[in-house]
Amino acid sequence: MAVNDLAAARSSVRATGDRVFQLLLAAMAAGIPLIMGAMLVALIAAARPAIERFGFTFFVSSTWDPVAGEFGVLPFIYGTLVSSALALLISVPLGIGTAVFLSELAPSWLRSPIRFLVELLAAIPSVVYGLWGIFVLVPWVRVTLTPALKGTLGFLPLFAGPPLGIGMLTAGIILSVMVVPFIVAVSTEVMRTVPRMQREAALALGATGWETTRKAVIPYARSGIVGAIFLALARALGETMAVTMVIGNVPQIKASLLAPAYTVSAVIANEFAEATEDLYVSALVFAGLALLLVTVIVNVLARVLVSRVARGPSLIRE
Amino acid sequence: MINGMWRVGCILLAIAVFAGAAAAQTVTLNGAGATFPFPLYSKWSQVYADERGVQINYQSIGSGGGIRQFMAKTVDFGASDGPMTDEQIAQAGGQVLHIPMVAGAVVPVYNVTGVGQGLNFAPDVLADIFLGRITKWNDPRLARLNPRANLPAADIVVVHRSDGSGTTAIWVNYLSKVSPMWKARVGEGTSVNWPTGLGGRGNEGVAGLVRQTPNTLGYIELAYALTNKMTFGNVRNKAGQFVRPSLSSTTKAMDGALRSIPDDFRVFFTNPDGKDAYPVAGFTWILINAEQTDSVKGKALVEFLWWAIHDGQKYAPTLLYAPLPKSLVTKVERTLKSVTYRGQAILQ
Repeated sequence: MAVNDLAAARSSVRATGDRVFQLLLAAMAAGIPLIMGAMLVALIAAARPAIERFGFTFFVSSTWDPVAGEFGVLPFIYGTLVSSALALLISVPLGIGTAVFLSELAPSWLRSPIRFLVELLAAIPSVVYGLWGIFVLVPWVRVTLTPALKGTLGFLPLFAGPPLGIGMLTAGIILSVMVVPFIVAVSTEVMRTVPRMQREAALALGATGWETTRKAVIPYARSGIVGAIFLALARALGETMAVTMVIGNVPQIKASLLAPAYTVSAVIANEFAEATEDLYVSALVFAGLALLLVTVIVNVLARVLVSRVARGPSLIRE
Repeated sequence: MINGMWRVGCILLAIAVFAGAAAAQTVTLNGAGATFPFPLYSKWSQVYADERGVQINYQSIGSGGGIRQFMAKTVDFGASDGPMTDEQIAQAGGQVLHIPMVAGAVVPVYNVTGVGQGLNFAPDVLADIFLGRITKWNDPRLARLNPRANLPAADIVVVHRSDGSGTTAIWVNYLSKVSPMWKARVGEGTSVNWPTGLGGRGNEGVAGLVRQTPNTLGYIELAYALTNKMTFGNVRNKAGQFVRPSLSSTTKAMDGALRSIPDDFRVFFTNPDGKDAYPVAGFTWILINAEQTDSVKGKALVEFLWWAIHDGQKYAPTLLYAPLPKSLVTKVERTLKSVTYRGQAILQ
């Protein structure tokens, strides 16, 4: 009797405890969409004058003239997308290659120092990257990389124009260095979780080391690697300080990667502090909203693309 | 043990209460705005706190932010390198006074191999370079001004500020005054739609680009150019003289512009009269309400500004700001005497 009561009481305490815990976690999870929603509402409210004034033309106009009060965000979106794409183009092979080395090939005494260095890379503040960009990367691009590119691929419009050292390409390079740690750290972790049996099975079938990695490890870890790339992309799309220091800050759409460009986040950071007129301020907020939209669209597109690719044939299915 | 902790706690509490009471007695003035005069204002706030016991908190958040906060009345004074527009003053409610504190000059800096300090620039040439109409360093119009300089046949890489700034406002105001085409095509403001060139963030960004990139021409604050030993040029003034930018030629510019400076001081005094006046310079202002709403703070504020335009000026040159000329100080005194509390002048 007494024992039963005690058990009942205990289980009811536990039930209450569980419920409180559940509610607490649910509230935390609800916080994220709430914050997102609140941000969206605040952005739309602050951008309203510009939305009413420019509407959709804001996204297709290339004029950014605070004096005349005419604003269009197209060159900034172009700069954001192209610099991020360049960053991924460089950092994805580099990052995944490093991750494969760390998880499959590296002797253990080498693994932890390299991982430590990679994590250190992620911890460097972006303004420091920017300074490194101005003092090291920009001169290197101007003096070494640009002549080399012009000498070999100079016939392409991608590499036309004077060698300034500053511009889209430099921004892409610096972004790639900044996002590579995300790809390496997450991908390595994911590949380490691939069961040993998976590798041994492939080897037992007579696969070489390369085949094992390509057909047994990477497919298994694919969703994690894709997640790592998304993280890197998100960081690249939003990065402000380091980019603005090396991209040249000219709102234009040029075929050449050597030409200066501009990104959405950079123009907001640059001009917000001194913007006084209402329309100007709201155009900058509208640009922020545009960046949010672009980020959402890019992420959705990437997810769709990945789910298509993931359905493709593979030697070993999970 | 517990007893001891109690005692310490009581003492701490007593100290806190006492300090709170003491703090309540000192007047604190809060201001926000331009970054350009920040070193000077923080020096002033230090000296003034020692001398008069008035605390001045100044946040250097940029002129635009300063104007916004001043309009929202979250600060006792604003600070800006550009005057408020009529619209903004109307929104702020009540009369707003612009009190000039010191002036700064904006200078053309360049990096051309084999060319040293003191290249001569004429106003129309500067405007056409920044419009992208003069594109070579050895352009005949530039070469004629500098017969001795060994100008290369290289493209001029123009560098401008990418962030909104008072420095840009002064520079483009000058270009608008000397070039009708600039005025029509680009106009003036803290950020403009640049016809050509690269953008660098902040004075340090422009300086970095100019230093790193051959054949560049940009504009930065004189103080920054001096402390960083940049190569900068002379600009031909209204009187036809090529003037080396300096603190004294900036002060002379204020003197030369005196007659054309309106009573509310809301003007960029670029391109002034005067033989030795350096033509690209501007004030930095403190913004206050003509009618103060707090008798204690109002009095402290006006007294501080009075001190700033007199005793405070001696700190300007060492920090590389151009002090106000005597002639102008008299004019500013009149404005400060017009500040009121409940309709009564605060300064007698």
